[in-house]
Amino acid sequence: MSNLVSIEGLTVTFTGRGKPVRAVDHVSLEVEKGSVLVLLGESGSGKSVTLRSLLRLHPEKTSKVSGRIIVDGHDIMALSKTGIGDVRGRTVSMIFQEPMLALDPVYTLGQQITETILRHENVTPEQAHARALELFEKVQIPSPERRLNAYPHEMSGGMRQRAMIALALACRPKVLLADEPTTALDATVQIQILLLLRALQRELGLSIVFVTHDIGVAVEIADKIAVMYAGRIVESGSVADILHTPRHPYTQGLLASRVERAKKGDRLKTIPGSPPDLTALPPGCAFAPRCDKTTAACREQVPSLVTGAYDHAVACIHA
Amino acid sequence: MLFYTLKRFILTVPVAIGVSLVCFLLVHLAPGDPLTAVLPTDASAELQAQMRTLYGFDKPLPVQYGLWIWRVLHGDLGQSIATGRPVISEVFNAVTNSLVIAAAATLIGFVLGSLLGIVAGYYQGTWIDRAASLISSLGVSVPHYWLGMVLVIIFSVQLGWLPATGGGPDGSGNRSFEWNYLRFLVLPAVTMSVIPMGIIARSVRALVGEILTQDFVQALAAKGLTERGVFRHVLKNAAPTAFAVMGLQLGYLLGGSILIETVFSWPGTGFLLNAAIFQRDLPLLQGTILVLALFFVFLNLTVDVVQSAIDPRVQRS
Repeated sequence: MSNLVSIEGLTVTFTGRGKPVRAVDHVSLEVEKGSVLVLLGESGSGKSVTLRSLLRLHPEKTSKVSGRIIVDGHDIMALSKTGIGDVRGRTVSMIFQEPMLALDPVYTLGQQITETILRHENVTPEQAHARALELFEKVQIPSPERRLNAYPHEMSGGMRQRAMIALALACRPKVLLADEPTTALDATVQIQILLLLRALQRELGLSIVFVTHDIGVAVEIADKIAVMYAGRIVESGSVADILHTPRHPYTQGLLASRVERAKKGDRLKTIPGSPPDLTALPPGCAFAPRCDKTTAACREQVPSLVTGAYDHAVACIHA
Repeated sequence: MLFYTLKRFILTVPVAIGVSLVCFLLVHLAPGDPLTAVLPTDASAELQAQMRTLYGFDKPLPVQYGLWIWRVLHGDLGQSIATGRPVISEVFNAVTNSLVIAAAATLIGFVLGSLLGIVAGYYQGTWIDRAASLISSLGVSVPHYWLGMVLVIIFSVQLGWLPATGGGPDGSGNRSFEWNYLRFLVLPAVTMSVIPMGIIARSVRALVGEILTQDFVQALAAKGLTERGVFRHVLKNAAPTAFAVMGLQLGYLLGGSILIETVFSWPGTGFLLNAAIFQRDLPLLQGTILVLALFFVFLNLTVDVVQSAIDPRVQRS
């Protein structure tokens, strides 16, 4: 079996305040060793929640998680507190959307990296420091020795995100989780970071789960794409399949609404309506209220994800 | 770091000048003549004029200020009108006494307040938080002279463990770290510590609560740190602000609490100010206020420098 990550029937319900919110609903996913899976969807589609479940980062008191998550042989849901702590940062690590907020402002970047290495590996502080320097070189930070002593606020957004990537790679993880790592960056810096991630992924044989709402970014980095809507996967397949033969009306709508497609003077195509309220989902297909192919059958039952040729799966009765 | 400290130090000079000006003028704004309080009511106009010249009250205000500042810069705050002793030694003794009690109170308040605040911040919304918040609210709102008297009744009168009043065993104002001296400090310091404890607890609670909602706390968990490891980061993030609050509290307490020093007959600045006001002892009043104000300025400077030493964002940005 070459699947490094496998998720089966993951359901996450938040029970904090007011009505319980089912943010992720029976999601099943697989990520092969050394491949990049992109979770694509708009805000509130459950892509980040799915990602964070892989590290069991949801607060235990206010969330209910069910299903099975296996990462590199570890049963994530069954691990003890120490067990999950050993997996975090070592087998699976994560880069966040806003490095300015995700890095501790009062520790230097070097301290934050060596701290992670010392947590997981039995090395001396000097060895950890040497590794941190190596990592900064690897993510192409200029004058790395000096930058190790810098605090997060002293670096530019792009450099911070590089540092964040270095931090995530500190213990040579097998799986890298990326939560919209380029969203907060300028367009030119975005592409640099994507290229860097792609290069590192090839070099280190990493598996990456990459969350984004930007279809352009998804195409740039993905081997496979899973499109999420209202906490469910509505379509998944290879980049080529999703891009050229989208079968779910939502995916088709997403692709049609890209700026690159529009000619000068055209109105941008949009998907009518707004994202659904997760506390009051319709009984049938969650996309039905916004879809132009909706029939009575769509409103009755949630369509199941049916896998066709070349692992191209879609959850729509009209596809 | 050195440059920052120097810059910060130079910036305090205009503040200090402003402070001295306010100290000087404030006292002159108050109605009444300082000499009427010390001179017999039937003193002749000639004697009054003589005294006025002696103390320099006959000169115009700017000249008086200039002369006063000149003497202050030479370490001379004048003589107390009431006792005739040099103001500087009176103030120095009182400040030392107040400093001792304020430092002890701040230390107790900071330790207890931080503990309460951290616990409340970590368990926000639970009964632990509510209990801790109740204690800190009580600390801020209980009348201190009342608390002082209650403590005296329990520990001095009933149990007889600690002395009820006074600054030391022999009344000489000597200081020592022996228990015989320290025991006089316990009750007033504990009474006084209740205020900073409450304020620090509230600040730290809000601080910890805010830090815990930040992304980097989740990011720390995501790299595998234990709860203790994450706690270290929370502490270092909370420390600069907590120390700043503590420094300000120390400043407030330095002014001496007139009420607490009266309850315990503690010979501090509050005690001294009280006496100076009632006797309209202008030089003493001015001197005490000036020294206290300068102390406050100095304390702010220290807090800023310490804060910049532990919080990289302050000095470099």
